[in-house]
Amino acid sequence: MRRAVNRMPLPMKDMSLSTFLKGAAIAGLMTLVISLVMVNIDWLGPVYSSEKEDIVTLLNVMIVLSSLVFSIVMVMMVYAIWKYRAKPGDESDGEPIHGNTRLEIIWTAIPTVIVIFAGVYSTIVLNDIEAKADNGKIMEVDVTAQQFAWRFDYPEQGVTSTELHVPVGTQLDLHLNALDVIHSFWVPEWGIKRDLVPGADLPGGDDIDDTVTVTPTEEGVFSVVCTELCGWGHATMRAAAVVESQDDFDAWAADQTKIPDEEDVSSGVPGGKGAGVFDDRDLTDD
Amino acid sequence: MVAALKNPGMPRAGLGFLIGGLFGFGLVVALRAVSGLEIFQTEATGYPHVIVPGITAPIGFLIGLGCFDYWFRWASGAPTIPDDHSQHGAYSWKDYFKFNTDHKVIGIQYVVTTFCFFMIGGLLAMLMRAELAQPGTQIVDPGVFNSLFSTHAAIMIFLFIVPVFAGLANYVLPLMIGAPDMAFPRLNALSFWMLPMAGVLFMASFLAPGGAFDAGWTGYAPLSTGAPLGQSFFNLGVQFAGASSVATALNFLVTIVTMRAPGMNFWRMPLLVWANLSTSLLVVGATPFIAGAQFMVLMDRAIGTNFFQAAAGGDVISYQHIFWFYSHPAVYIMMLPGFGIVSEVISTHARKTIFGYRLMAIALLGIVILAFAVWAHHMFVSGMFAWLRVPMMITTLLIAVPTGIKIFSWLGTLFDSKLHIESTSMLFALGFLVTFVIGGISGVMLGMIPLDIHVSDTYFVVAHIHFVLFGGSVFTIFCGFYHWFPKMTGRMYDERLGRIHFWMTLVGMLGTFIPMHWIGMEGMPRRVADYAAQFGNWNLVITIFSFILGVAQLIFVYNMVVSWRFGPKAGDNPWRAKTIEWLVSSPPPVFNFDEIPRVVGGPYEFGVPGARHAIMHDGDGATVSGPEPAVAGAASGGGGGEGGGS
Ligand code: HEM
Ligand SMILES: [Cu+2]
Ligand SMILES: [Cu+2]
Repeated sequence: MRRAVNRMPLPMKDMSLSTFLKGAAIAGLMTLVISLVMVNIDWLGPVYSSEKEDIVTLLNVMIVLSSLVFSIVMVMMVYAIWKYRAKPGDESDGEPIHGNTRLEIIWTAIPTVIVIFAGVYSTIVLNDIEAKADNGKIMEVDVTAQQFAWRFDYPEQGVTSTELHVPVGTQLDLHLNALDVIHSFWVPEWGIKRDLVPGADLPGGDDIDDTVTVTPTEEGVFSVVCTELCGWGHATMRAAAVVESQDDFDAWAADQTKIPDEEDVSSGVPGGKGAGVFDDRDLTDD
Repeated sequence: MVAALKNPGMPRAGLGFLIGGLFGFGLVVALRAVSGLEIFQTEATGYPHVIVPGITAPIGFLIGLGCFDYWFRWASGAPTIPDDHSQHGAYSWKDYFKFNTDHKVIGIQYVVTTFCFFMIGGLLAMLMRAELAQPGTQIVDPGVFNSLFSTHAAIMIFLFIVPVFAGLANYVLPLMIGAPDMAFPRLNALSFWMLPMAGVLFMASFLAPGGAFDAGWTGYAPLSTGAPLGQSFFNLGVQFAGASSVATALNFLVTIVTMRAPGMNFWRMPLLVWANLSTSLLVVGATPFIAGAQFMVLMDRAIGTNFFQAAAGGDVISYQHIFWFYSHPAVYIMMLPGFGIVSEVISTHARKTIFGYRLMAIALLGIVILAFAVWAHHMFVSGMFAWLRVPMMITTLLIAVPTGIKIFSWLGTLFDSKLHIESTSMLFALGFLVTFVIGGISGVMLGMIPLDIHVSDTYFVVAHIHFVLFGGSVFTIFCGFYHWFPKMTGRMYDERLGRIHFWMTLVGMLGTFIPMHWIGMEGMPRRVADYAAQFGNWNLVITIFSFILGVAQLIFVYNMVVSWRFGPKAGDNPWRAKTIEWLVSSPPPVFNFDEIPRVVGGPYEFGVPGARHAIMHDGDGATVSGPEPAVAGAASGGGGGEGGGS
């Protein structure tokens, strides 16, 4: 008798084709509505770099796929609750359906296809945002972070500043280094982020991927935000990021202090027991 | 008085704590004096005269409590009493404060202790939310704020979510597989008692000069290697919590493999047993890595080993690799047992067999294997070698497949069921499905490198964590609490209060954590005491909902405490479940079974006329053909009539 039950041809015993189609239609409609609403919201804030444009497109594709998954789950769940809720006092059991191989294969295979698509698409986008500019116009900036301040050195211009000034439309190669603990470079409007790792400039730091690329597309004044917990002043570790025309940038660069000849690159790198890193730290209680 | 200090127990444990602490302190002082060093070394990262007692005092406590008495006697050749059952069963509340080897007592010790840590961690979170209600600094200064989120996360992860699952499984798992106890009852008791020690160490860090540890629960080097003394308490506390979790996992593995009742082959094990088997494999494989990582940090701090000091040839990023090699599997350590609980609850309260039982078990094992191959998805922006990112992204995304299988199988289970939505545990299971799907979706988004580059280390990650850990793990924990409360206490809780608890928790949870996605994507970094004014409104909303969430938990505590004392008698099997723990009395007898049960079928054969999971006493199997023959017959008759719609 149990065998007979096991071999039921339909996955869900009293689920007719029309019920199934109705459910699918509702899930489809729900996907459509959620996607239409969500795709039209600027989730990621202003998009002021060519890299972030790619990221926004990727997000929108993911929103559609996620809405589909979410809608299917919700429709199935709400239908089941509405349809199969036990009446008060009903002590009987549900149908002894142990599974359905076809259905199980479907819900293994379809998600696999979706995530592989997501993986391949992400890889393509990743390659795009890390590709070098076609016109070969690249500006180098050395970014150095230290509890709780930023420094930007411009090797081509030979100047140094505590503000990041860049010409609009030029691809930047930011070389990242930290003097004490790990920090992270993020300009939300540009959508790119990378940690600054102490020792990246030392011989042992060759393996550290310390160059990040971004092409600002919009003029304005933004914030460089530290996004890796770095201690007491982490929340307020910011610097201005000023995107301006090439002329303004050149004028600005001419005004800045020159990089001192002998730069003490290794100063402050914590050695041994973190010597010195926390000496000027504000230890509040006792 | 002398007798109290001579026999195992709390007084002797206190004495052991003192002696252990003094011994460690004396050892450091003596050795430093002999070596001609300054007696007290009080550099921020030093304090050996505090660190060493931090190890020896808890060990002294455990020895004093009696955790090692039997083994010491055995090792020294003194007579041992293998049949001494004086450490079994609890007859008054005082027995819960003893070294007790009964898995049911230990289960309750775990659950109650970890729940206290949940309350402490929750209070720390409310303090943070109060500070974050408005931009600027109002209540705590940034240094204290860093300590708050670090201790909050460390307590929630290491002292609540990981061990509470061990506690629930401790109680029900041996019963479920028809075993009289765990395989190693004394090790089991030791595992439990290491937890309060970890708690004492975490809390003691608040007294340290420089404040409690504040490098986050992730404790990245070199922030952690240079941090003040409090960090050492984190390094040490994790050792005790980790050792506890490894010992329990070994215990579960041996128990599950060797102590199943006759007839319970692997394909007849309830999914909770499968889930704990998988979890234990993860714990045994991964937990040594966090222990190692924290020891390395401690040694960098205290004896200058320079593992993570770039200037001295150390490798900064390697800390993250070792840490995440544990801590990614750890997120599944915190989720798989919950999957097991949800399977039990959905099947029982929907009165239906689990849809695709075998695939459910295989999916668990699939997650175990994949979980070891995705750790670097936490390091996409860390500056690690770039080539590792894409392979780790693919494995990360693939984890969504077994996870999806589980979700769809639970949904499949709900079809053609008799859903009892009035029971609170079922509500939490359904709530879990909703919140966990959202957490899984945000996880997949984080797994896609270009998106992660933008939202890594922002509030989006905070939202993801809480959707999976609160909406995932904590919902399943409540699910389990409500489901097995009648079994553990023999009494029934108040379903009405349970439903209020559920709805307030759900609303509070959604209101708190949904907006975090938005402010994170827009630009608010995580782990900050202060933020740009543009995020002020949402943060106020979040704080308000988080207080609703907090208040809801008081309802739960009230319900549990009052029902435990005054609730109506529950009976042996109030949910009419099939698994073995429900076939014994509530609470079960001290030795679980008079006679080892015989397993004769699958664990969830609802609606299959005449099917049984286990026979409790040989002899009655011949006469009883099914648990409720009349009802089962009616059900299949009714079902037949409905079948074959258009
Ligand atoms: C579909 C499954 C999941 C995927 C694809 C996924 C993916 C990720 C990724 C990529 C991150 C790193 C984000 C970043 O820091 O930039 C992350 C963080 C995290 N995930 Fe998941 N996740 C999943 C499920 C879970 C589950 C089930 C849990 C726990 C129950 C969990 C807990 C966490 C935690 C605690 C963090 C933050 C760690 C930290 O930095 O403090 N995740 N997840
Ligand atoms: Cu920072
Ligand atoms: Cu992970």
